[in-house]
Amino acid sequence: MSNSAQNKPFGSAQGRPAIELAHVTKVYRRYGSRQFATLKSALMRRNLLAELQPNETFTALSDFSLRIPAGCTFGLIGRNGSGKSTALKLVAGITKPTKGTVAVQGRISALIELGAGFHPEISGRENVFINGIMLGLTKREIEKRFDEIVEFAELAEFIDEPVKTYSSGMYMRLGFSVATHVDPEVLLVDEVLAVGDEGFTHKCLDKFADFKRRGKTVLLVTHSLNLVERFCDEAAWLDAGRKRAEGDPYRVVAEYVSDVERQEERFLAKSDEKARLETAAAPLPAEPPPPVPADATADMMQATEGRWGSRVVEITDVAFTDSNGQPAHIVHSGDAVSLRLAVHAHRPVEDFVFGVGIFNAEGVCVYGTNTTIDEFDAQSLSGDATITVTFDALDLVEGTYKLDVAVHKLDGVPYDYHRLLHTFRVKSRTKDVGVYRPRHRWSFAGNVSIAPKS
Amino acid sequence: MWHNLAQLARYRGLIQSLVARELKARYRGSVLGLFWSFGNPLLLLLIYSAVFNYFITARADVQPYALFLCCGLLPWTWFASSLNESTNSLIAGGNLIKKVLFPAEILPIVSVLANMVQFLLALPILAGFLIYYANVGIAGPDGVMGPPRVALHAAELVWLPLVVFVQLVLTTGLALLLSALTVHFRDIKDILSNLLTFWFFATPIIYPWFSMERLKFWLDLNPVTHLVVSYQEILFHPENAFGHRAWLLALAVASIGVFFAGYWVFDRLRDSFAEVV
Repeated sequence: MSNSAQNKPFGSAQGRPAIELAHVTKVYRRYGSRQFATLKSALMRRNLLAELQPNETFTALSDFSLRIPAGCTFGLIGRNGSGKSTALKLVAGITKPTKGTVAVQGRISALIELGAGFHPEISGRENVFINGIMLGLTKREIEKRFDEIVEFAELAEFIDEPVKTYSSGMYMRLGFSVATHVDPEVLLVDEVLAVGDEGFTHKCLDKFADFKRRGKTVLLVTHSLNLVERFCDEAAWLDAGRKRAEGDPYRVVAEYVSDVERQEERFLAKSDEKARLETAAAPLPAEPPPPVPADATADMMQATEGRWGSRVVEITDVAFTDSNGQPAHIVHSGDAVSLRLAVHAHRPVEDFVFGVGIFNAEGVCVYGTNTTIDEFDAQSLSGDATITVTFDALDLVEGTYKLDVAVHKLDGVPYDYHRLLHTFRVKSRTKDVGVYRPRHRWSFAGNVSIAPKS
Repeated sequence: MWHNLAQLARYRGLIQSLVARELKARYRGSVLGLFWSFGNPLLLLLIYSAVFNYFITARADVQPYALFLCCGLLPWTWFASSLNESTNSLIAGGNLIKKVLFPAEILPIVSVLANMVQFLLALPILAGFLIYYANVGIAGPDGVMGPPRVALHAAELVWLPLVVFVQLVLTTGLALLLSALTVHFRDIKDILSNLLTFWFFATPIIYPWFSMERLKFWLDLNPVTHLVVSYQEILFHPENAFGHRAWLLALAVASIGVFFAGYWVFDRLRDSFAEVV
């Protein structure tokens, strides 16, 4: 357990933990390959129950242990399919562990799918009652809370309409409202905050904060790392059914993020490699390359998509490198990065321009320049050469960007033009919007009280 | 298994609301609403009465034939609809099983109970017809009015709750068994609907039990025979003492066995539902 847990004032941290999973393994059985003529074969073997034995398994969680003290807000993060939801379902008691034990103290309310038990044909009012009873309330308890539930869901006018007439947002709001008004000691939340509009999301967050204040235990499964950092006392990171890290949310999130980046890096490197192989397979001029006609635009028409030009000068390698000179596909906003082009001139040329362009995912040119624009005079190029453009601070907002790199004649006729072949991703902890992040700071004067968040 | 059964008692409130919801949802949007629970059997009886009075000469040994038919048909409808609906109930309620902590057996049980309520609501209609015909008597094949018949008999009617209870236990047991197996073997749904068609004719509903001397042995093997014959003896033949009670008591014991067997299978497969549904 992390130190942060002990430093925080949990209501009954000394007592039994609110949620305890001990060496839990969950193996899902796949019954998939038995889809045809199943009953027949079962009957022929005269053993219906034996036929129900799984023939293929999938381990969703292996030897997973977790202790969540009462009053703790705990975040569970991880990629899709890492076992987060399985863990939540185990805590909720919806599925049973294959091995290990699960113990939960107190009434649970699980927000796994909002409004899961709603019947479309009957009114919101009746659904509130039935949903409430399903979640463990008595009729009287629901009557007492009914107005509050409806008010929270902002559905007062529609509560007597059948649920099938609700919009999906209304449906979810009602589901959320019922589930949180059950007044559970343990609240399980599976990625359901994306309900309804901005205003309602805020209300939901307030509700969680309220839970926290009252010393309830919350287990949150989410992809919103921001939420984990803001709300959770502790966090754990699940990867392929195993716990990779646990403890302080900031640390866990940071570890997770850097792992995701490594993974993305590998992925981008692979797709880059693929792009390179594909263009290499494109019809290359025979060696030695034929002399380029004065008017080479005709070559543009034969060019393969993504790469064209006479290849008198060829771009043999494109590398994006971080400040340490390491090749990178993921950079952080504001980092110093370099773009290095390796070129090979099949015959000496004196008429050449190197150019780069950065495009965002929507295809908008974020920035473009070349050696002529930046006032260089081309003199001669022969054999191999390396050209590096360094951006001291790449102040782009988070997103995926693509690169154009080219070497062409002064009149624009290309030797080798790589169009959007190279991809890199900019990561940022700030969620600002747009394309470019001008360096900026805020100052305030007069009757305003505003302070940076701690 | 015993623990889970005991747990079930805690969910009475939920079962109640779900049955109410099922019935409400069934007629939601219709102008007459719950009236249809009475209206359907009423119209059924009127139509059969008209058909067998004016169009088709019914068998003379059970008169009025439309009433005889309904005494067997109404419980059969309860039985058959319950099985049909509960078979599909776990798959239809998959969302609940996967996303909400929920004792799955509630779903087939609710199907059986909702159909039972429909059946119970139809009983007063049936009773009304029985009393009416008893008072006016019936025209024989020659058009001569027969003597008035004995109407419902209190000494016989005390058996009725037991018959209903035995049917409830038997149907629930089968519903649990079938619903659990259908999750894994979806073919059961189609097999069942065909089987029920055969089963209907293999039960003395459209013909009286006593008229089938040759096949009596086979008919007796069918548990629903004894339920239907019990209803017929109590409701339609109140003039004779309820002679089928021995069969009924035997069936009661067997039904409890079926119930526990069904529940046992259901309980064994319970953990797989959330994963397979």
